[in-house]
Amino acid sequence: MSHEVIRSTLVPIIYLLSTVLFIFGIKQLAKVKTSRRGNTIAGVGMLLAIIGALLELGVVDYRWIGGGLILGAFIGALFAIRVQMTAMPEMVALFNGFGGIASALVASSVYWSVVIEKKAPGTVYEALGTDEAITVMLSILIGGVTFTGSLVALLKLQGRLRKGQPILLPARHFITFGLLFASVVAGGIAVAAGAPDSMVWVLSLAGGALVLGVLLTIPIGGADMPVVVSLLNSYSGLAASMAGFVIGNPLLIIGGAMVGAAGLILTQIMCVAMNRSLLNVLVGGFGVTDGGGGGSDEYTSVTSCGPEEAAMVLENAESVIIVPGYGLAVAQAQHAVRELADLLKSRGTKVTYGIHPVAGRMPGHMNVLLAEADVPYEELLEMDVINPEFKNTDVVIVLGANDVVNPVASKDPTSPIAGMPILNAHEARSVFVVKRSLSPGYAGIKNELFEYDNTMMVFGDAKKVLQGLIGEVKSL
Amino acid sequence: MTLGPLLIGIYVFVLAGFVGFEMITKVPPTLHTPLMSGANAISGITIVGAVAAATTASPTISNILGFIAIITATINVVGGFLVTDRMLRMFGKKKK
Repeated sequence: MSHEVIRSTLVPIIYLLSTVLFIFGIKQLAKVKTSRRGNTIAGVGMLLAIIGALLELGVVDYRWIGGGLILGAFIGALFAIRVQMTAMPEMVALFNGFGGIASALVASSVYWSVVIEKKAPGTVYEALGTDEAITVMLSILIGGVTFTGSLVALLKLQGRLRKGQPILLPARHFITFGLLFASVVAGGIAVAAGAPDSMVWVLSLAGGALVLGVLLTIPIGGADMPVVVSLLNSYSGLAASMAGFVIGNPLLIIGGAMVGAAGLILTQIMCVAMNRSLLNVLVGGFGVTDGGGGGSDEYTSVTSCGPEEAAMVLENAESVIIVPGYGLAVAQAQHAVRELADLLKSRGTKVTYGIHPVAGRMPGHMNVLLAEADVPYEELLEMDVINPEFKNTDVVIVLGANDVVNPVASKDPTSPIAGMPILNAHEARSVFVVKRSLSPGYAGIKNELFEYDNTMMVFGDAKKVLQGLIGEVKSL
Repeated sequence: MTLGPLLIGIYVFVLAGFVGFEMITKVPPTLHTPLMSGANAISGITIVGAVAAATTASPTISNILGFIAIITATINVVGGFLVTDRMLRMFGKKKK
């Protein structure tokens, strides 16, 4: 086959096949039974796409390509194999950032080679074509924002950047929107500028995009990261789509658009679960604004107990619901909680888990953690399923969760979390809240549940408390 | 009516977006994380553009940009699919 035939017929067929595999892959990925196969199918689609891309190139110098592929594959595999399950949100955020910057770099490279290195006469849009010139700028903008936004999200998830607290600059909305506007203008000028002059505008756009990613993410607090990570995921898809317009490849347009849509849906699910609009999340500063709630933030009638007492109540319980939160991940207590559940089940107690959609730091965070500890996913019940169960339940153990079980959400319309759907843990006969202190959760407000008559606080690290409980239950 | 390449691209973009929406709605929460990281790996499809951007051995800026794009996109692709598989393997290993 001549290279012309390969390029005009074989390669497009390979790309089409790859697209079909992506669609099949995502479809199966979205069902529990077939999800692993779906991921593999999508992976095969990607392999085909890379083969297609290499065939399309024909005979070129493969040294840099091969070097990049090998190096990238090695680093990626190393990350994937070594990462702890508790660090999965950070991992997803980091990969996201790499995807975003890759798209921005592809667009920059096309611009640089066609306009700067070939010293194109006339304007950038004449050299690249108008559509391509515009999408080059969009790729750089979106990809750049995705990159630094993901890195900031990563630092926040690690608790390094001010312990994940929102960072609020003065006049931040003005600065952010001003910079966005300036970046778009710089991109517009770059499209219309003469080839040599455009460089400074493209660089301004790139710089603006990178700073913008930081500015957009720093005001958002750690617990809103599920929304941010999903949204950045959507952006990275969008950036890939734009890069597809640049190089005129429908595979990138399709793959990117599907990822963009998937990210948006997850973003939407997370926002609904918090009863907040996307805008409210993105504006940021949640939980830090009003410290002046007065004396009502003080706890007055909290009772606490040790593992021994809690174990005695557990001993007589017929049904137990465990409500995990971010504290479970921090304490790496997923194996301990499974052990306790097994112990209780062996004594005839019914044990299930109530999972709030935004528990943890990424969509589905608790499910991943508990799966690592071999908890069958049938025991993990969604909010709508588990909520009617609480009133018929003897004991609820809240493990490192706070705002998602705060009854004030449904009682006080002035509360910052008013209207947020919660797990009705307070309806159970007894509630044990395992927590290190009475410090407020993400929303920065007091949790009324801690003062309820049927609530007992068990202070301590989730893992240590669980181990204590396991010991006590065993010795009964 | 004749469609130029840009319009065809926009058609494809919009329709693919709808396909994405249709496929992902009603995903069980258990799969939120794997779905996100799997989708993330697919966004590394930009690798197809990246390999085309580093086709000579000359250390020009465009080549170097392409080279870094290949590395970052490959990290995203390989890491993304592997880590998703690792998670899904855990979901699958529940024994009855």
